[in-house]
Amino acid sequence: MMKSEDVKWVEEPKLGLFGQLYLPIVMDGLKTTLTHMFQRKVTESYPEQEPTMVPNYRGVHRLNRDAEGRTKCVACYMCATACPAHCIDIVAAPAPAGWTDREKYPETFVIDELRCIYCGMCEEACPVDAIELTTLYDLTGLSREELIFDKEKLLSVFDMTTKAGTDPVRTQSGKLGPASEAPPVK
Amino acid sequence: MMDFYESLPAWLVNTALIIAAVIAGIQGYVAYLILLERKVAAWVQDRIGPNRVGPFGLLQPIADGGKMFLKEEVIPAHVDKIFFLMAPIVAFSTALLAIAVVPLGQTTPPPAATATVAEFESAQAKYAASYSTVVVPGLDIGILYCFAIGSLAVYGVILAGWSSNNKFSLLGALRSSAQIISYEIPLGMSIVGVILFAGSLNLETIIDYQVNKGTWFLFTQPLAFLLFLVSVYAECNRLPFDLPEAEQELVGGYHTEYSNSMKLGLMLLAEYAHMITTSFLMSIVFLGGWSLFGLETAITSDPTGLFLVKAAILGGKMSAFVFLYLLVRWTIPRFRFDQLMALAWKVMIPLALLNLFAAMLIRQFDITPWAMTGVSAMLFLGAGLIGLKHGTPDNRARKLKVPLPRGLPAGVTYAGR
Repeated sequence: MMKSEDVKWVEEPKLGLFGQLYLPIVMDGLKTTLTHMFQRKVTESYPEQEPTMVPNYRGVHRLNRDAEGRTKCVACYMCATACPAHCIDIVAAPAPAGWTDREKYPETFVIDELRCIYCGMCEEACPVDAIELTTLYDLTGLSREELIFDKEKLLSVFDMTTKAGTDPVRTQSGKLGPASEAPPVK
Repeated sequence: MMDFYESLPAWLVNTALIIAAVIAGIQGYVAYLILLERKVAAWVQDRIGPNRVGPFGLLQPIADGGKMFLKEEVIPAHVDKIFFLMAPIVAFSTALLAIAVVPLGQTTPPPAATATVAEFESAQAKYAASYSTVVVPGLDIGILYCFAIGSLAVYGVILAGWSSNNKFSLLGALRSSAQIISYEIPLGMSIVGVILFAGSLNLETIIDYQVNKGTWFLFTQPLAFLLFLVSVYAECNRLPFDLPEAEQELVGGYHTEYSNSMKLGLMLLAEYAHMITTSFLMSIVFLGGWSLFGLETAITSDPTGLFLVKAAILGGKMSAFVFLYLLVRWTIPRFRFDQLMALAWKVMIPLALLNLFAAMLIRQFDITPWAMTGVSAMLFLGAGLIGLKHGTPDNRARKLKVPLPRGLPAGVTYAGR
């Protein structure tokens, strides 16, 4: 059973004469509201004034290109596996001749932007930093089909965001990671 | 057609013109008052506020009004239809009626009693020739009429709450009636002291008294002003006394079922019209109406110019009070219902009584009116000291006397203490 000494009563602070007169406190409050009236406003007038997003904002995806302008993706399916919304669909194919640094490449790479929950798990899962979420926040479309992004569209997002400078390439391009290598021959 | 207008008596044309101007003016003012309310709310919260319709959002009231008119008229199936439709009309018409005796600008007081009939006749002729910007000039029960009609406004609220057949609406209406009945008393009593000195209920005469004395009742009766100010906030259902429509508890309060269209529009219009009327009353009774310590005549002596200057001074005072309404809304949180009642019955009514008693003594023994200032300060401080000594008895220093009943887990308090 609960003991009475365990009960703590929280008492409101005792008011002094100023508090009991009430008017000085009201004046104090009016001073606060009046000063706020003339303070700098925090409102962003959105369509006219574009917000600056934080660098790790999770917006529209992009497929990164390597130094030679090819897609970095090695079609390892790690992102599609990690994706909790099952919005990534990859069809892998053997890498074209001359792509010496990898075994596979994505023949198609489709993200359903409407299904995506923008959790960033694909970005975390990717072993070669090929998929990234950009700071593009105003993704709209007139139909569902319009918002199913294929490989070309995702690569164009890369071109657009790097050109605009809003999302610079975050990881160094160059040699791909171990995921690109062919499985060891036994 | 022109002949017909010219055949009408001048007073009729004048009155009709003033009525039209007042109704149109009030509605325009209310429209922009709602915009200002939203703007002030935004500014106080470091936002910009509505700025999409027209430059700086200045066309917002027109868009809102258009929306109100174009929306579907919904009458819920469970309401008492007659009273449901009547409530907004009652609310709005009483709000407009109350402004009938309020002088909106230049005024001439009706002549006092004279020794001979000839003197009286000439004074009356002079008075009839002069011009007052009032719908009903020279109404001797002026301020009493204002209070009477103002109290009728509660019918709009009660009818709305009762006919809505909805527990939230009814609770809102009940709160409103209890609140208005409580605050009518300090409201009326605070102003009796002023009337004792001015010697008339007529608002024009009250202005005239202050002009002649060269001071305002704000300075000679500050406590009465304070009581009046607090009471009208309760009368207008404005924060911190907006319990009848406390949206966190009662959805929309008494106008919950008036979900849209012009019925809600009239309800809101009535509320804002009340704010304007009470602001006018405060400026007239306590701030000397159109007077500004003789400055108004120093600017211009041309009759038209003087008329405009006086109207502008009164309008400025009224707008300042309206602005205070808006600002206080974002400054003081809402009172609890017991606090609201305690403030009226335990603080304001005793203070108003003592203030009235002091005013009677000072008037009877012809002491200077400035004595009232001292008395007001003493009463105010005295009330504070009493509060300091006894504190707020209900919610302080509760001691756990009865041990908690068995079986209740820690942290669960028992309603029976």
